[in-house]
Amino acid sequence: MKQSEQKKIRLKTSKEINDKLVELGKKVIKQLKDYENPSVNIPLRSLSNVYFDEKSRMLHLGNKTSDRSYLNLSQSKSFMQTMLVASKLREVIKDGSHFGLRQLFYMCKGGIPGTKENTFDDQSESDIIIEDIEGLLSRLREEIGIFAISKGKMSGDLKIVDSGDKIDCGKLGSSGYGIPSIVEKGIIDFDKTSVDFVLVVEKEQTWNRLNQDRFWKRKNCLIITGGGQPDRGTRRFLHRLNSELDLPVYVFTDMDIWGYYIYSVYKQGSINLAHFSENAAVPDAKFIGVKMSDVEKFNIPKSHWIPMKKIDYKRVREISEYEWFKTDKAWQKEFKKLSDFKHVVEQDVLVAKGLDFMSKEYLPFKFDTKDWIE
Amino acid sequence: MNDKTVADDLAKKHKSISIAEFFEKNRHLLGFDSKVKAMLTCVKEAVDNSLDACEENASELKKKKKNFELPNILVRIDNVQNDIYKIIVEDNGPGISPKIIPQVFAKLLYGSKFHRLKQGRGQQGIGISASILYGQLTTGKPARIISRISPNQPARIVELMIDIKNNDASIIRDEEFAKFANETGTRVEIIIEGTYYKTGDKSVYEYLRRTSIVNPHARITFIEPDGNKIIFKRAVESLPRETKEIKPHPWGLELGILIRMLKETKKNTVLSFLTDEFSKMGSTSAKAILEHSKVNPKRKPSSLTVEEATDVLKFMQKAELQRPPTDCLSPVGRGAIEKSLKLEYNPEFIAATTRAPNVYRGYPFQVESAIAYGGDIPEGNANLMRIANKVPLLYESGACAITAGVSEMDWKRYGVNKPSNSSMPQAPLILLVHICSVWVPFTSESKAAIANYPIIIKEIKLSLQECARQLNVFLRKKMKAKKEALRISTFIKYGGVMAKALSDLTNKDSKEIEKTINKLIEKKFGINADETKKRMIEAEKKKEGGE
Repeated sequence: MKQSEQKKIRLKTSKEINDKLVELGKKVIKQLKDYENPSVNIPLRSLSNVYFDEKSRMLHLGNKTSDRSYLNLSQSKSFMQTMLVASKLREVIKDGSHFGLRQLFYMCKGGIPGTKENTFDDQSESDIIIEDIEGLLSRLREEIGIFAISKGKMSGDLKIVDSGDKIDCGKLGSSGYGIPSIVEKGIIDFDKTSVDFVLVVEKEQTWNRLNQDRFWKRKNCLIITGGGQPDRGTRRFLHRLNSELDLPVYVFTDMDIWGYYIYSVYKQGSINLAHFSENAAVPDAKFIGVKMSDVEKFNIPKSHWIPMKKIDYKRVREISEYEWFKTDKAWQKEFKKLSDFKHVVEQDVLVAKGLDFMSKEYLPFKFDTKDWIE
Repeated sequence: MNDKTVADDLAKKHKSISIAEFFEKNRHLLGFDSKVKAMLTCVKEAVDNSLDACEENASELKKKKKNFELPNILVRIDNVQNDIYKIIVEDNGPGISPKIIPQVFAKLLYGSKFHRLKQGRGQQGIGISASILYGQLTTGKPARIISRISPNQPARIVELMIDIKNNDASIIRDEEFAKFANETGTRVEIIIEGTYYKTGDKSVYEYLRRTSIVNPHARITFIEPDGNKIIFKRAVESLPRETKEIKPHPWGLELGILIRMLKETKKNTVLSFLTDEFSKMGSTSAKAILEHSKVNPKRKPSSLTVEEATDVLKFMQKAELQRPPTDCLSPVGRGAIEKSLKLEYNPEFIAATTRAPNVYRGYPFQVESAIAYGGDIPEGNANLMRIANKVPLLYESGACAITAGVSEMDWKRYGVNKPSNSSMPQAPLILLVHICSVWVPFTSESKAAIANYPIIIKEIKLSLQECARQLNVFLRKKMKAKKEALRISTFIKYGGVMAKALSDLTNKDSKEIEKTINKLIEKKFGINADETKKRMIEAEKKKEGGE
């Protein structure tokens, strides 16, 4: 994509968002003038308003909204905060450059005359308001230019253009390509590639191990990690690899409920960011391991199992009830087995079987025998 | 029954022992058991006398359609040296005829008001002469009385001591005195050993303050030992209703009194004695009583034996009679109490109530209450003012029916907190309870606490509850208003930030937007947001300055 085209896309997005913000302000002023209690409708971001769409096979936000109004004691402050963050987002749009969530927090933080109160005391407050505004505008903060801490990494034979710089992700040594927080078209663009698939690795240390073994070269793939629960940038990046380059995605996590859920987030989206699923989910992603059957297959020593805690069992019960897991027989079996097994097994355990066991034996065997869960 | 002999014995004993000795032995009964209490008792005796005299005088003059003055009383305490104080009480009453000055001031128990069935202050005192005796015993100094009985005559100044042996006055000085300012009136000066507390529940100040509250027609000026001058202003400009003396009602009669009345009556027959000397006693009832007790109606009253009198009394108390008259009572009045409490405490809320009269043991009595909240009333425990016949009670609070009534009430029901370990509710409250009666039932001779008659406690509670209900309505309104104000101030404080944000969003003038926000608040809540915000900012500045 040419630079001028990239710029055009960005300008169009900016104008649209700016117009929406102005519209929001005008609407509130009109309510004020009409002596109405100014209020905005914010899509509800909780499990009760999230549903699994069978067709797209991902989580979507429902139609439930909550009213936030100025003349309501418990909502007055967050209403003010919403207007304040909206006005700062307009500034960010006008400026055209990117700002972090932390920086936006400081842009919005200030004293309230006549009180000891601040507009914001903690970044968690402004982070939530930004997500509210995403829902209010039906736009993503990435499109506005607000980024978060990024922790995603990638290696493999793929050339990309990042803010005008060409980068060959196969030549980035042991650290790999750091996936930025904002990976929208026009900022990050892909070249054609001949790799066969993408392997997503839960933990950064496992990813490091595989990168050192040049696993991506051995199996002609890309390897990505989101460093545990993935950030939005990593998920969006993976989504684009899957949808634009048609690359199948495999997810490799610990054998525990938390790893299973990370897989679920990559695959169908997260509850809290259900409005983001369409831009980030990979419904075709497959779970490659560590599976319950691997314990026996690869003879993982008992000494390396970790007993499950109370909270693990509780989370298993919770997650097995989510509608996108509830009807999935394979996963219900896996949950049952896990509860009966009473232990968890980490990815890293495989190193105990041999330093390069993971890249030379475990993963190749899994891919060769197609031993995954759809 | 051998009351007669006991009474006789007592009388004999009183004569045989020296008065000084009697005084020493009974100090605690007479109110001189501590130096603090002695100070208060001396002031109290003199002030009570002055108020009674002023009122009686004004009532008489009023009846004669002559000009009269409302009570104007000066109390001054000088520190002579160490713990020696000079107490001066001066009034604009009728003055005291020079002839009887020695008896009034120097005879113990003279003009006793005992068993006089009339609502009066004096029932509670031992008399001014006891104060003079106390001063004489502790300092050796004579008392000084200045009295003027007519504007046309000069005042007289009398200095006297009590001749203990003869229970009589020994006059040291008795001459004309030209410098008395009032047209008529009395001034008493007593030098005593005492302790002066400037403030506190049992201070002279507190006593005078409460006296002024329940005597709103009196003006009391108080000059403290350090020269500090306090004026308790008049809250009303009219005289209270005159109290009337009534005859005893058979229901409340005691044997000793009946025997004395039988002895002293001028009536010739028991029948006429019963019908004429008691209230609400008709000849039918009287005849029935005598028939039941088998006493011939024509007998001479003084001829009845103790046993016969006991029988008569028994049937007198059972007789179905009308209740005693209640027009003999003189409450302060709801409006007057409210006015004087307002004057003294400037409260946010006040409610007062005067109950209809009721009867205990044949004595009519009446309860009135007031509850004042906020203003200058301090936080913490409620301040209970116990009053009997317009005289404040400062001692023995724990033994008093009034305290019991307050403590038994479920204050939480009225929106006031009362910790279970405290007898008093906790709030900036004044609780005033006044009991007036022709015969206030005190727990003991020290006359500081009212006896726990269930009917009296019931009346106390009913009157307080009446006020407390109104208090509850007020407190609820206040709480609601406070909540509402807090709610609205939340909206107001965010207005400025919001106006700026909306201005940034729309490129419209932020001042204009703020005006629009303020208009909305004004329209919805009727509150001027601009002024409220200015006040908040001012208050915050002050706080920061103070830190």
